Amino acid sequence: MKRALQIIAAWLLVLAGAAQAQLTIEITGGGADQIPIAVLRFAGENVLPASLTDVSEADLARSGRFRAQYAGGVQPLPTDPSQVNFSQWKSRNTDALVIGQAARLADGRFEARFHLLDVPKQASLGGVVFTFNAAQVRTTAHRIADFIYEKMTGERGVASTRIAYVVKQGTRFELQIADADGQGAQVALASREPIISPGWSPDGARLAYVSFESKKPVVYVHSLTTGQRHVVANFKGSNSAPAWAPDGKQLAVVLSREGGSQLFLINADGSNVRRLMTTSGIDTEPYFSPDGQRIYFTSDRGGSPQIYQIPVSGGEASRITFDGGYNVTPRVSPDGKTLAFVTRREGRFQLAVMDLASRQMQVLTDTQRDESPSFAPNGRMILYATELGGRGVLAATSPDGRVKQRLTVKAADVREPAWGPFLAN
Amino acid sequence: MNKKLIAALALALLYGCGTEPAKEEPKAGVEERTPGAVQPPAAQPPAATRPVAPTRVEANPLKDPNNILSKRSIFYDFDSDVIKEEFRPMLQAHGKYLSQNKSAKMLIQGNCDERGSREYNLALGQRRAEGVKRMLMLMGATESQVEPVSLGEEKPRCEDKTDSCYSQNRRSDMLYGGEY
Repeated sequence: MKRALQIIAAWLLVLAGAAQAQLTIEITGGGADQIPIAVLRFAGENVLPASLTDVSEADLARSGRFRAQYAGGVQPLPTDPSQVNFSQWKSRNTDALVIGQAARLADGRFEARFHLLDVPKQASLGGVVFTFNAAQVRTTAHRIADFIYEKMTGERGVASTRIAYVVKQGTRFELQIADADGQGAQVALASREPIISPGWSPDGARLAYVSFESKKPVVYVHSLTTGQRHVVANFKGSNSAPAWAPDGKQLAVVLSREGGSQLFLINADGSNVRRLMTTSGIDTEPYFSPDGQRIYFTSDRGGSPQIYQIPVSGGEASRITFDGGYNVTPRVSPDGKTLAFVTRREGRFQLAVMDLASRQMQVLTDTQRDESPSFAPNGRMILYATELGGRGVLAATSPDGRVKQRLTVKAADVREPAWGPFLAN
Repeated sequence: MNKKLIAALALALLYGCGTEPAKEEPKAGVEERTPGAVQPPAAQPPAATRPVAPTRVEANPLKDPNNILSKRSIFYDFDSDVIKEEFRPMLQAHGKYLSQNKSAKMLIQGNCDERGSREYNLALGQRRAEGVKRMLMLMGATESQVEPVSLGEEKPRCEDKTDSCYSQNRRSDMLYGGEY
């Protein structure tokens, strides 16, 4: 119910001519073993310019790990664990209950305090007090969701993280940054020429990407804090496929300056270019393992595009994919155990994952044109681009394929998603 | 067969483009202009001398629609960078032109259809452009004159999701200095 309202609200924003076309999220599949949670409205929440609990509840539901229960009709709203009728929630099989209150402070800012309650144990799992201004309501809601997520699952939540993607609207290309729920989109770069392959620096402060504004592909690094950018690779020929090393100091890139598309390492300021290896075929789409020791990449050295890996220190490349004639765009999960990539099956390009230990492969989608997979920093979702009704949309799925979502922007093509890292607290 | 026809058709269109420079208006630099379309206005003869006279003596051979040098596109089969026989005379002419005009520079842009990974397609486009470069160098062009680059699948000439569209997008375009 709440979600439907939110979608309508997002729509109204668009109709009202808001500066940005917002991403609208539609949940198309649910996970198993979800934690039943009831997020009660915070007492006094109506003093806030927007609802906190609606946003937090949607974040939790979108994660696929929670099932949001109906939480209306409670009067008066409890603000302290001692006021909660636990047996009532127990009878509804609620595992977790969230209660809280909000108030306007004398200086015009706001305060929200909440408790997360374990219903079976009738105990508080903790709570936090946040002070924030009118522009920080959503950010605060995401932090509340992440607190709850971590307490209940033992893993970090991603509600406070951001995503980058490219929107093509007519002849205009925009590199946009939004919250993980698609809201609050900001334009980092607008161009009349294509922008592809955005990648977040490990500290989340910079984006590397490829821009065609000088009639050929050139690699840039763009600071999101200052809006300044610099050229990292603009050599003779093509420069593309930037991938950050986990240390944030160097990138792997593909350069054709010595002929062919080959892998190089380069410092983030564009200095110290060195070739990783020499092959006669195409090597592209490098991606670092989380420990920075290996690079996964796509190569057609064996006759068809397949995924390989090579130690960063050099040495022999070893082939990872053997199943099918087209396996591309390798992206390693944050724990280094799973590889997401795109495979071609009977002419359809589909998102797949492989368990790197067992080399077991699983196709996750039934769509036609999947591209550019990107793991959430907690590894629980994979964001990717696909096509729906002839238009580019973003979609997300859990690595087991159970939780599925779609993110669309009305009247525009969305592509090239990249999920940003955890932000330092 | 079909593809050849389409390629020929596309070439004919290109050709047609070149003969009617008056119709061209630069459109925001978004579409990669067909080589015939990137003519600077200076190349257009005054209106009075325009009648269908292929006898213009001083015409820039690169812009003269009757000169093979005004043809700038090579089309490919799916997943192939093989330069088909029909494009060889054109490449020969460009190679010869470059070898006789050492100050001339050329950007070769390789392109792909939209199917598959953007970055892998970028690499495939690069391979196409480098194939053109190699052939031009066999004909006498020098390394410093030609720069092969790739636009991957990012600058389609035709945006429909049909085979005939895809065949127009699998191509290399040759642009001389001043045209890009």
